[in-house]
Amino acid sequence: MAKLILNHVSKDFGTGRPAVNGVSLDVREGGFLALLGPSGCGKTTVLRMIAGFEAPSDGAIFLGERLLADPAQSLPPERRNMAMVFQSYALWPHMSVADNVGYPLKVRGVSKDVRRRRICEALDTVRLADLADRRPAELSGGQRQRVALARCLVTQPDVVLLDEPLANLDRHLRQEMEETFREFHQRSGATMVYVTHDQSEAMALATDIAVMSRGELLQVASPQEIYARPEGRLVGSLIGRGAILSLAVPAAAPRKLEWDAICALLGASAPDGGVLADVLVRPEDVRLGGEGAAARVRSSLYEGERYSVTLDLADGQTLRAFSRERPMPGDTVSVTITSAWRL
Amino acid sequence: MHGYVRPGNSQPIWLFPFIASVVVVLSVLPLMRLAVTGIAAFADGGAIEVLFDRTLWSATYFTLVTAIIGTLVSLAIGSLFAFLLTLTDMPARGALSFLFVLPMMIPPQVTALAWVQMSGPSSPLLKALHIAPPLGSPQPLYSVGGIALLYGVQHAPLVYLALRAGLMNVPRDGMEAARLSGASALRTFRDIVLPLALPGMIAGAAIAFVSCIGNFGIPAILGIPASIYTLSTLVFTKFAAFTDRTFGEVAVLSGVIALISVAGLAVQERALGGRDYRILGQSGAAACLPVGRWRFVFLPVLAILLFFMLVAPFLALLAGSLVPAYGVPLTVETLSFHAFEEVLLRQAITRTAFANSLFLAAVTAIGLLVLSVLAGYLLTRRRDAASRMVASLIEIPYALPGIVVAVAFILVFAAPLPVFNVTLYGTIWIILVAYFASFFAVSLKPVVSAYRQLDPALEEAARLAGAGFLTRLRDIMIPLVAPAAGASVILVFLIACNELTVSALLWSAGTQTLGVVIYNLDDSGGSDLASALSVLVVLMVVAMMLLLEAMAKHLPKGAVPWRS
Repeated sequence: MAKLILNHVSKDFGTGRPAVNGVSLDVREGGFLALLGPSGCGKTTVLRMIAGFEAPSDGAIFLGERLLADPAQSLPPERRNMAMVFQSYALWPHMSVADNVGYPLKVRGVSKDVRRRRICEALDTVRLADLADRRPAELSGGQRQRVALARCLVTQPDVVLLDEPLANLDRHLRQEMEETFREFHQRSGATMVYVTHDQSEAMALATDIAVMSRGELLQVASPQEIYARPEGRLVGSLIGRGAILSLAVPAAAPRKLEWDAICALLGASAPDGGVLADVLVRPEDVRLGGEGAAARVRSSLYEGERYSVTLDLADGQTLRAFSRERPMPGDTVSVTITSAWRL
Repeated sequence: MHGYVRPGNSQPIWLFPFIASVVVVLSVLPLMRLAVTGIAAFADGGAIEVLFDRTLWSATYFTLVTAIIGTLVSLAIGSLFAFLLTLTDMPARGALSFLFVLPMMIPPQVTALAWVQMSGPSSPLLKALHIAPPLGSPQPLYSVGGIALLYGVQHAPLVYLALRAGLMNVPRDGMEAARLSGASALRTFRDIVLPLALPGMIAGAAIAFVSCIGNFGIPAILGIPASIYTLSTLVFTKFAAFTDRTFGEVAVLSGVIALISVAGLAVQERALGGRDYRILGQSGAAACLPVGRWRFVFLPVLAILLFFMLVAPFLALLAGSLVPAYGVPLTVETLSFHAFEEVLLRQAITRTAFANSLFLAAVTAIGLLVLSVLAGYLLTRRRDAASRMVASLIEIPYALPGIVVAVAFILVFAAPLPVFNVTLYGTIWIILVAYFASFFAVSLKPVVSAYRQLDPALEEAARLAGAGFLTRLRDIMIPLVAPAAGASVILVFLIACNELTVSALLWSAGTQTLGVVIYNLDDSGGSDLASALSVLVVLMVVAMMLLLEAMAKHLPKGAVPWRS
């Protein structure tokens, strides 16, 4: 196994705007990278280029020292020793569960006995050993998902690719499958690339998150880092549910702002000739009540564990907060912002 | 570097050149040759003579008149059945629909033979029922009207199917919305159903027209005795009286047929392409109007029509096969199975025909299956101008009348093949190649629709598993398109087995097909034998259609042509 390297990879389908534009990315050996972004951002195209279903129109993809693809040549998917869990699972309907799982071994010419043993091991790992003789059509969505995962387990792939694997499952099954994926990653130690538009999935699973938008890579970092210190307005608005305020922050100020600084900025007008900066405020950092700035409650939505509150500040900017009690729309409350991040 | 490929392609490099060269042999070469011969005939003046020949113009006239009247008859019968069986809750719709499309699959010369046996002074059936017209009165079907009527019956299913496909798209909620807006049932039909159905109706009429133009069996049996020649029978008689000018003449005649057909096909294309009412949203149920008490009117009407289109001709055919000679009335005393005995056991010619037709049909069906599996993969995976071109080139020989295809292949293969120095003309192989060309599109269609329905991820998963092209073709793709491929085999077998037009021009001693023998037997006065053979053919057709019907629920949509 080795590091997966994308070097200025672009893909243009001839639609006028490149689907992927100059993406450079290193996935460390044994890493679990989540490609996160809204639909149509090019994340699936990146995944399909890594698998070899599409060839980059510019740039190159390497696995360690080995070139996988550049615009002139491409190693076909069948020679890349990768495995993939497809969004539709892509189980072959005419084969039993065991045959589906064992097919990569059969193609590689592994003897029947060894094959049977490894199929059993793989099915045990995903707790499906009892269903080996069933057809995919007889399985539930979660079971099909696990068969697809077992098919990745039987060979020792260099890279495992997952294309929105949980998109077709209900919420309860998702949590269970997230657990299975994490277990699978720890046990196999394979390099994994996981495409999703669901940030909680990405946060829960990945060791690294790469945020994409409109074909470009915006930021790569660990989940904690990307949540606490997002780069730029796009990442700030894509990750979490924060509000972005325009404040006249002095250029010399630190990026992480405390209440004293924010309090002073809230009332202040724009500096002469200076620029307004985007400041991200997470709802969990907004306190209601006590001494602070005045804000009007625009709406409050009950979410079960708490209320999600939308507030209008005196200067018309919007802020989000959480509250245990229900603030009535139209009420005026005072807010304190304990922490904010300049984007 | 070893193992690298040109990017962005899942097909092996040999696939496109292979399919393209097959298409060149089956489509491009014959059609080019036909065009070149036609133009050469013009150049040396021979064609001018043909163009001023009265037989050409009278044949063109009869072709157009019979085709137009036939199309109108098809349109009337086909529309009636389509509206009643698609939009209403008529009882026994499935069975009625199956029976109605049967005539389409029955060889036209058999239809003609059956109708001849059903009418006229010598009809064994009418004689048995004592309602035959007096001896010496003319056979009413040996006329322009007779040919047109049979065209109408034979091709009504084509209108039915095209219209039905359009009507299936009429959503029930669309009609309900019209009713809620205050439109009466009749108004709803006029304002909602008809506009949506019109493209299908026009397309169906155009297909029926083209099929009438190319029909050979019906005008051969009904027209030639009355000296009414259509273009296709004229080509046939020109070959019978072969001169050194024949090639040029038939090339020009085929050109005229092809031009009329292309005009018809262009109308169809326009009808389907220009007025694309894509139905918006997902509408679950198709429209279904309650017929209520009207069914006591409609059901007998449909039943009577089916009786005269299907049951009575078949009974006449059966009667004709059970009498010892044409003109003898069928009674308990005269009834004999002599004709079946002759056809199945004694006559060398019918046994040869069975062997030839079964051989040709089997090899065509299986050979085309292999080609279709490869071509279908190519055409669904590769969506560029070149593959669209290949797809239309495969369609052309199927869309053109069989007589044109036959002439084109004679022109290509009359001379010995270069290099090999063997002549295909006069052997069974020329018929085989022409069948491959004519029925490639028939074989391809179910397979392509099966490929289209496959999730591409199924193949991609196999690629990541390490399977190369042939491995995944064998393990993944073929098992998944197998039901459709099976349907395609049966369909091609069925059509090839009953084919007459192509083989009528291409046969020679020893290579007669069933279609040719039925025609020749009837032509030489052996109508009892021809009838017996026809009865067997009809039974075979029905058996194979029932087989396909039984398979239908495992097949992708559109695989079986008479189901939608």
